[in-house]
Amino acid sequence: MLDFLYSIFVGPFVDMWSLPDFLIQVLWEGFVSGVLYALIALGFVLIFKASGVFNFAQGIMVVFSALTLVGLTELGVPAFLALIITLGVMYMLAFSVERFVLRKLVNQPDIILFMATIGLTNILIGLGQWIFGGETKTMITEQLWLPTGSSVWEPGGGLVIFQHIDIAATVIAVLMIVGLGFFFSYTKVGRALRAVADDHQASLSVGISLNQIWVIVWFAAGIVALVTGIMWGARSDVSFSLQIIALKALPVLVLGGFTSIPGAIVGGLIIGIGEKIFEIYWGPLFGSGVEGWFAYVIALIFLLFRPQGLFGDKIIERV
Amino acid sequence: MTATDSYVTPDGRTIGGVMMEMKNITLRFGGVVAIKDISFDIREGEIRAIIGPNGAGKSSMLNVINGFYHPQEGEVWFRGEKRPSMKPYQIAAQGIARTFQNIALFHGMTTVENVMTGRQLMMKKNFLWQMLRVGPAMAEEVVHRRRCEEIIDFLEIQHIRKEPVGNLPYGLQKRVELARALAMEPKLLLLDEPMAGMNVEEKEDMSRFILDVNDQYGTTIALIEHDMSVVMDLADRVVVLDYGKMLADGTPDEVQKNQAVIDAYLGVEH
Ligand SMILES: Nc1ncnc2c1ncn2[C@@H]1O[C@H](COP(=O)(O)OP(=O)(O)O)[C@@H](O)[C@H]1O
Ligand SMILES: [Mg+2]
Repeated sequence: MLDFLYSIFVGPFVDMWSLPDFLIQVLWEGFVSGVLYALIALGFVLIFKASGVFNFAQGIMVVFSALTLVGLTELGVPAFLALIITLGVMYMLAFSVERFVLRKLVNQPDIILFMATIGLTNILIGLGQWIFGGETKTMITEQLWLPTGSSVWEPGGGLVIFQHIDIAATVIAVLMIVGLGFFFSYTKVGRALRAVADDHQASLSVGISLNQIWVIVWFAAGIVALVTGIMWGARSDVSFSLQIIALKALPVLVLGGFTSIPGAIVGGLIIGIGEKIFEIYWGPLFGSGVEGWFAYVIALIFLLFRPQGLFGDKIIERV
Repeated sequence: MTATDSYVTPDGRTIGGVMMEMKNITLRFGGVVAIKDISFDIREGEIRAIIGPNGAGKSSMLNVINGFYHPQEGEVWFRGEKRPSMKPYQIAAQGIARTFQNIALFHGMTTVENVMTGRQLMMKKNFLWQMLRVGPAMAEEVVHRRRCEEIIDFLEIQHIRKEPVGNLPYGLQKRVELARALAMEPKLLLLDEPMAGMNVEEKEDMSRFILDVNDQYGTTIALIEHDMSVVMDLADRVVVLDYGKMLADGTPDEVQKNQAVIDAYLGVEH
């Protein structure tokens, strides 16, 4: 019994303390995963804020965009051109979703729209497999001028390895988030997006076209998905199993709030880092597969105390 | 008087020809007939009031004018042309702005930002320049912001420029909403109960602003109002609705003397 308590409350911290370089390594890996979780959650938030749709398809959009990119280069299209075409495909997707789904289902209950995005998920899976095949592909990391090496840091005789692709992923994610921030704050379209998120009727009355805004947010979410797909694909591989990382977005959203971009970022980092630490230091106690459920447990505990999320809008009970 | 004649009001304002004409509008919601075969017009430069008891169809009429609702029957004519079925944002682009009976502001934004959304249709520069806040995009932003600040001064809400609108008292929210509509520099301004829920002093302020807007910017105004005395002071002509039907249409004096109006509306307490 004492042994068990020791292994929960003392042992892991002794391990952390005795191998600080390894702890840094774990934190870094968790941080990078967290950045990618945050990006997926960001895609959700964009769409949810502007159109109130919980987009189940965000995960498959990550896979689909990465698959399109790699698939095109396999067909001999130069990487740069493939990137442009993929962006075009994501635009077409946004356009089609607005034209054939949102426009038809506007004013329907949220659950209907949610079901529609499940339908969309299956269409994208089918389409992706049909066009590009179901087998695992390798991300064209080098053709996209992304770094592949690694650097070693030796703090006080320890050893920490930084994969350059991880550093690049972090930098690109930060740039994209800052870019989005500027876009929302200072552009006419950004202002319109915030307006639509607040009040549909008022937006219409000042001349904003909801349909146009929906295309733009779905396209923005598509771009975020593509970037996520490239980065994640470069760290592992491009396959349909990638979409399970989208399941991590749900706990991230519970943590951060469904309507908050800062929430998505902070939530992503908390889940990413927390999960990694827990897996490494406490994982052996629980057997394997800790990453599968840890995030959900955190989210559940969180739900009990702060259901609107860290940064989410206050939930006001109507009575 | 024909559709193109203009005339001068007793207080010396010139009212032009017909700007907007509603012809035999009927609007139904399932079995409910919200508007039944109603025709009236709005002239350039006039202040037109729509009055009537609750549920008379007043808000529905404004919603038809700005394209939220599409009537099953009837025609809307704007500046001499029959208007095809249009989306609200297209109608906004034609120069029709509005406020709402239940205030519809962007709660995540400050007063200035709310007013700036009124300039949405006039901003033309590329978003990349806007993001970088340089060159022509910055110049454009500055021009529009200056115009918004003028409107904010005009409505005397400078002191709440940077306040998130969600925290403002009701009367001020109504004013911010008016400012946003004015920022669109509309030809026709629709006001749905601009003074509802205000105290006497706030009502007087709002009345003054409405008159000033009409006078200084020459904006045509259609407004819905419950308070009869306010309507008598502001309006050039009044349409009276009751259960979706037209009771009367005329100057405030004519309407006040109309027996059907007295019976249905003025006689009962609201
Ligand atoms: N969107 C709607 N759906 C169903 N019925 C509506 C809708 N809008 C208005 N109505 C009905 O139309 C009638 C007129 O309403 P409204 O135009 O809001 O009246 P008023 O503004 O004069 O108080 C009411 O019976 C109302 O219930
Ligand atoms: Mg009304």
